[in-house]
Amino acid sequence: MTDSTLAGPGATVEFIDVIKDFSGQRALSGVTLSVQPGEFVALLGPSGCGKTTALRALSGLEQVDGGSILIDGVDVVDVPVNKRDMGMVFQSYSLFPHMTTVENVEFGLRMRKVPATERRERATATLDLVGLGSLATRYAHQLSGGQQQRVALARALVTRPRVLLLDEPLSALDAKVRLQLRDEIRRIQTELGITTLFVTHDQEEALAVADRVAVMRDGNIEQIGTPEELYLSPVNPFVADFVGLSNRVAAENSGGIVTVLGTRLPLLGERQPDGPVTALIRPEDVELASDGIPGTVVASSFLGSMRRTQVRVSDDLVLSIQHEVGEHPEPGERVHLVLRGRPVSASPRV
Amino acid sequence: MSEVAVRIGAKPGRITSRAILGGIGLVFAIPIIAMIEFTFRAGLGGGYTLDHWTVLLDPEQNDKYAQLFTAVRNSLVLAVVTVAIVLLILLPTMILVHLQFPKLRRVLEFICIIPITVPAIVLVVGLAPVYGVVVRVFGSSVWTLALAYGITVLPYAYRSIQANISTVDMITLSEAARSLGAGWGNVMWRILLPNLRRGILAASLISVAVVLGEYTIASLLNRSNLQTALVQVSKSDPYVAVIFALLALGLVLLLLLLIGRVGSTKPGRRLS
Repeated sequence: MTDSTLAGPGATVEFIDVIKDFSGQRALSGVTLSVQPGEFVALLGPSGCGKTTALRALSGLEQVDGGSILIDGVDVVDVPVNKRDMGMVFQSYSLFPHMTTVENVEFGLRMRKVPATERRERATATLDLVGLGSLATRYAHQLSGGQQQRVALARALVTRPRVLLLDEPLSALDAKVRLQLRDEIRRIQTELGITTLFVTHDQEEALAVADRVAVMRDGNIEQIGTPEELYLSPVNPFVADFVGLSNRVAAENSGGIVTVLGTRLPLLGERQPDGPVTALIRPEDVELASDGIPGTVVASSFLGSMRRTQVRVSDDLVLSIQHEVGEHPEPGERVHLVLRGRPVSASPRV
Repeated sequence: MSEVAVRIGAKPGRITSRAILGGIGLVFAIPIIAMIEFTFRAGLGGGYTLDHWTVLLDPEQNDKYAQLFTAVRNSLVLAVVTVAIVLLILLPTMILVHLQFPKLRRVLEFICIIPITVPAIVLVVGLAPVYGVVVRVFGSSVWTLALAYGITVLPYAYRSIQANISTVDMITLSEAARSLGAGWGNVMWRILLPNLRRGILAASLISVAVVLGEYTIASLLNRSNLQTALVQVSKSDPYVAVIFALLALGLVLLLLLLIGRVGSTKPGRRLS
């Protein structure tokens, strides 16, 4: 967590053993999560993992079937959505089409019976905060997708909610706008110090903006930690596989030491029984070298700040490696690889 | 637009399209022009007169046409009550089903479409005993006929509202409004109704048009409305009957134009 968010006035949020079923299908099976005031937590996971359900349960849009949700220590499970005092930004564009930008932003204040002049002032100030002060009189259909989501953000923030909920707000936007708005959301969140939950299926997005990331699968939180913790010390292969890219390599475990392609590496996370395992090796943990594991380059792609190359090391194994753009191996070229001595995540092979 | 036309390759030329429009226009215009011409005829002897129109404004003749004026009033009352049924029963039901009971959407659609498949005369056979009860409960006031009309306009009203509902993401809009502190009343009044305005207006106007043109049910249930009165009057004074038919036609045309106007203004359309 950064210093600025520590100083924030946001609320604490606690999920305690929260259960939610959808017609017999378990969407949340005992989710427990604690979010500090001013913290930015991302809920990350594949579709159907329960991340959006968790967010909607917190907002009150879904009733939970068990457990409690505490905001500043008070259970809000029975509080209706319009009394929970949350700001929410939705995945689909949700601006009221019959209202101008500023009327949209004012809506929450109108519902709170804030006097007209104060309403207009606060709405204008919040629109300035998201950089759209000049578009106050436009209608939603006159705005681009990115602008609409900014207005939605302003609308969610203007009431000074206790918690800000972002339900994949960037997924409908194109890549460049997505990056800009992502950074903007983080800047504004830090500035306001508001406790924020951010749902996304995009691991890069989650790692880039969040103080902590909760990786979810099948209605459970598999691991929660800082982006560094998740990336460097995933508790299980699912997390290792979901967060960042990994090569799946057949290996042998013996007493917590995994032998991968002839290199002995310490095992990460929970202990595994001795025997054959599948090790997950990050592309940046494999290097080109003058000597080592021999292989043939299959393909190589330029990714801006680095290059990613596929190297065939045996009939059934192609390793993805990451290296400097200065080196550009040609397809068909013979190369040698070495594994860096980082601990690896592994799961028993069946 | 042009892209679609190119793809289909069937956009008619300007002359062809005007010829088609003109042809269709004539098909509609000739009977109407004939009706108008008829109302000015002096009689079998030939010649033209304004008498058939002026007689309607003559206070001395009022009694003669009182039945017709009452019938117009009845039809207007029926139109209002029918629209009220659509707005107070059908609309909230549709919104509720859309937001809370999506599984019932098909059922509701099916129920609302049924009346179009049942001939009016069959409907009356079923309604006759029902009206025995209605009369005992509500009396035989004019407006009670609107209970039947509420059923006959269902398919049209349902379609108009549904067409609007499917262009608005009501679920997200209502969730957004609720998360901003709005109760259900405010969600309905400030968010949903303004965005369903076009569908609501179209449903209301088309209901009025259907009610003003309804004859079978009123006639078979022995009620008096504009159409039954027209048939009645035409037996003694065909000129006045045709004049009223023309006026009714004009009113319906006006309503349809209004629907068109309302439908073509799209404040809520999105770019992408």
